[in-house]
Amino acid sequence: MIRFIGRRLLQGAFVLWAAYTVSFFILYLLPGDAVSIMASGDEQNAVDPALVARLRSEYGLDRPLPEQYLIALVKALQLDFGISIKNGVSATAAVAEVLPETIKLAAAGFALAVILGSALAIGAAFSRNRWLRQAFAALPPLGIAVPTFWIGLLLLQFFSFRFRLFPAIGNDGVASLVLPALTLAIPTAAVIAQLLSRSLHRTLGEPYIEQIRAKGASDALIHFGHALRNAAIPTLTMLGILVGNLLAGAVVSETVFSRAGIGRLTVTAVNSRDIPVVQTLVVLAAAIFVLTSLLVDLIYPLVDPRINTARRVSV
Amino acid sequence: MTGTQPLLKVEDLRVSYRVNGETTEAVHGASFEVHAGEVVAIVGESGSGKTTTAHAIINLLPANASTDAGSVVFAGADLAKLTRKEWQGVRGKEIGLIPQDPTAALDPLQRVGVQVAEALTIHRLEPRKVARQSAVRLLAESGIPDPETRARQFPHQFSGGMRQRVLIATALAASPRLVIADEPTSALDVTVQRQILDNISALTAERGTAVLLITHDLGVAADRADRIIVMRSGDIVEHGPVANVLGNPQHAYTRQLIAAAPGLNPRRLRPAVAGGVSTDVPGALSDPAGLPRAAAAAAEPLVVATDLLKLFHLPRTAKGPKTLTAVNNVSLQIGRRETLALVGESGSGKSTVARLLLRLDRPTSGSVHFDGVDLAAARGEQLRQLRRRFQVVFQSPYASLDPRFSVADSVGEPLRAFGEGTTADRRARVASLLEAVHLPATYGARQPVELSGGQRQRVAIARALALRPDLVVLDEAVSALDVSVQAQILALLAELQAKDGLSYLFISHDLAVVQQISDRVAVMRGGELLEEGPAGVVLERPAHEYTRELIAAVPGRGRQG
Repeated sequence: MIRFIGRRLLQGAFVLWAAYTVSFFILYLLPGDAVSIMASGDEQNAVDPALVARLRSEYGLDRPLPEQYLIALVKALQLDFGISIKNGVSATAAVAEVLPETIKLAAAGFALAVILGSALAIGAAFSRNRWLRQAFAALPPLGIAVPTFWIGLLLLQFFSFRFRLFPAIGNDGVASLVLPALTLAIPTAAVIAQLLSRSLHRTLGEPYIEQIRAKGASDALIHFGHALRNAAIPTLTMLGILVGNLLAGAVVSETVFSRAGIGRLTVTAVNSRDIPVVQTLVVLAAAIFVLTSLLVDLIYPLVDPRINTARRVSV
Repeated sequence: MTGTQPLLKVEDLRVSYRVNGETTEAVHGASFEVHAGEVVAIVGESGSGKTTTAHAIINLLPANASTDAGSVVFAGADLAKLTRKEWQGVRGKEIGLIPQDPTAALDPLQRVGVQVAEALTIHRLEPRKVARQSAVRLLAESGIPDPETRARQFPHQFSGGMRQRVLIATALAASPRLVIADEPTSALDVTVQRQILDNISALTAERGTAVLLITHDLGVAADRADRIIVMRSGDIVEHGPVANVLGNPQHAYTRQLIAAAPGLNPRRLRPAVAGGVSTDVPGALSDPAGLPRAAAAAAEPLVVATDLLKLFHLPRTAKGPKTLTAVNNVSLQIGRRETLALVGESGSGKSTVARLLLRLDRPTSGSVHFDGVDLAAARGEQLRQLRRRFQVVFQSPYASLDPRFSVADSVGEPLRAFGEGTTADRRARVASLLEAVHLPATYGARQPVELSGGQRQRVAIARALALRPDLVVLDEAVSALDVSVQAQILALLAELQAKDGLSYLFISHDLAVVQQISDRVAVMRGGELLEEGPAGVVLERPAHEYTRELIAAVPGRGRQG
């Protein structure tokens, strides 16, 4: 087991290195480096070319590319991704400052998504009324089809402007979290509902379900005692991708609701070519993916006794 | 219920299925009775409605099926009047079900003991803790060794036979008065089949439980039942005590079934038309010592396999790397115009031997010579030319035909692959091949979905014969077919062998079928060859204990004089 985790962490380190390297070279290929962007910030006062040259050498931008890369990599290993061009603090600090806000939002969004998604899927499988079942089945595709920002705008329109139940913008307290989290949760909930209800449907057709029914089990026991756990396994596999969905959703949700967070930081960093911050965010996203998939692999054997993670990986 | 009133009384039961808006009746007014403690078998082939009847009784029909008419009275109560809730009290507690495929009938995520105990806790017969103890006792009664440990294991740690024992324990846990056993052993090896049936018989006899046994195998019904009901296409065609149905069948279909049941007819099939060397040999079984054909074949065998060894590497475990010896020290010969049967249960290595002979795989050591050529040394074009001389027919006629190819495309594909003749030549050859396997020429344009299982297997045989091979490997080629279809295919194989001078390697787990087709028999277990010899010798005077066990396990054996 320890060997397995060690191995997966090594693989994760490789992924992080690859993410860093690819983003480094792509950003390098873009026209204009950090200093020229800083210098061009204000067109009224042309910056002294000598100052630009001095800054370039200070940031090490005048050295050959391989050398720049190695220096940057060594610094990155010490979690130093450089100084944010926009506000002069270290990029790591800029990200760390808003990270808790996004964690709160993502956690709330994820919990809501799991609850909503499962409720829809179970409702669709459980209801005996044909119309009700079709209504449950029709909702998830709708949730996937509708753009996230539009959901956010609708929620704003009704719950903030018309009924004044929740604040429209900001990061103050639980009330400000409700609408952004809901916006974030709806598309993910739709994906979970679709995966889970398809999987439930398939599971309920398995011979062992008929066998349990032949023992005299009630529908509730069949669904909650047997089918749901079996059906959850394929959904668990998708967890890594769903967390990725949440990160992408955070960009939209935080922008619509003007919340401070990783998502909005990404937007402003990209717009202002704040390369150190962008790189920090890329590596952070990669790290989240690596950790989520490791977590999923560790949870698997707890849910499914047929899977022995350590043995499967050592093949 | 005591006295003369039956435990189960089914009257004029009609069940229909709705597929794509069309309603088809699958059971047309079935009526029968099962008395307390009695074993009644419903025998029929696929599509006969036997399983539908069983599921209608316990109200577990699929969603697109409905019971349209008739009544099912159980212990004096009309089951049609039960509510959903009341049904839950009947299933498991009054009527138990032993399912068809034990490998898929247990929840893979729950411990076996819990699943057995559930049959008791659902009906609140015992509190959870006590039920767990009872589960261990029930598992022991069903013949599961070390039940304490096994109860804590998961289904994937059990073999198919062991899982069926678990399901028997589950079905009998609440001491139901009737158990419906729906093809309880059709997915299992013959020796396991016998143990499982023995187990069901013993446990139900002990408890006085009535059994409704659903089976396609007349041999099984003959061995186990008090009364037999024969169904065909949704109708009960014959119904009576075993001795009457088998000894004096009234309906033509019953006679046909009895004639087709291999266990009840141990004779080597010979084509009716004189046309090959084989016809001048009278029943091989009656003359085991001197088989002229086998002797002639031995002089110049087509296939010679020497000291085959095949190892597979398994995933590493804590104890280091592991290998599985799939085939160990096996030497075989197949003579010209001869059928060698390779017999063994799942995991015996018989299919691996076939793959080595077909050179779909190479042995770890040992050699295979085909007509004097070393297969391991053959490469490229030489190997390709050799391949046309050995062809294969697989078990599943559903999986071995490309669903998007027409019948003529499938049969003609080997001809196209080897660039045989012109398009017109190939068309003519396909037509003659279809004729050879007794399919109408018009079938060439059909898609596989339009054919029955037996017809598909005929197509697969025609395809194997397209290149006029010397050897055809038949890997469980008739195991998935209904008995009457099986009999037709076996007759076809015997006819083609006589006509074209083919050699067959006939792989099967079913000794009854083997008796009907083989000249020589080789028995394998655990990758090793236990014994090999003329069919008459091996089957009538087996040298090995295991072969004797296999022969004794053939259902219906007890009925012969």
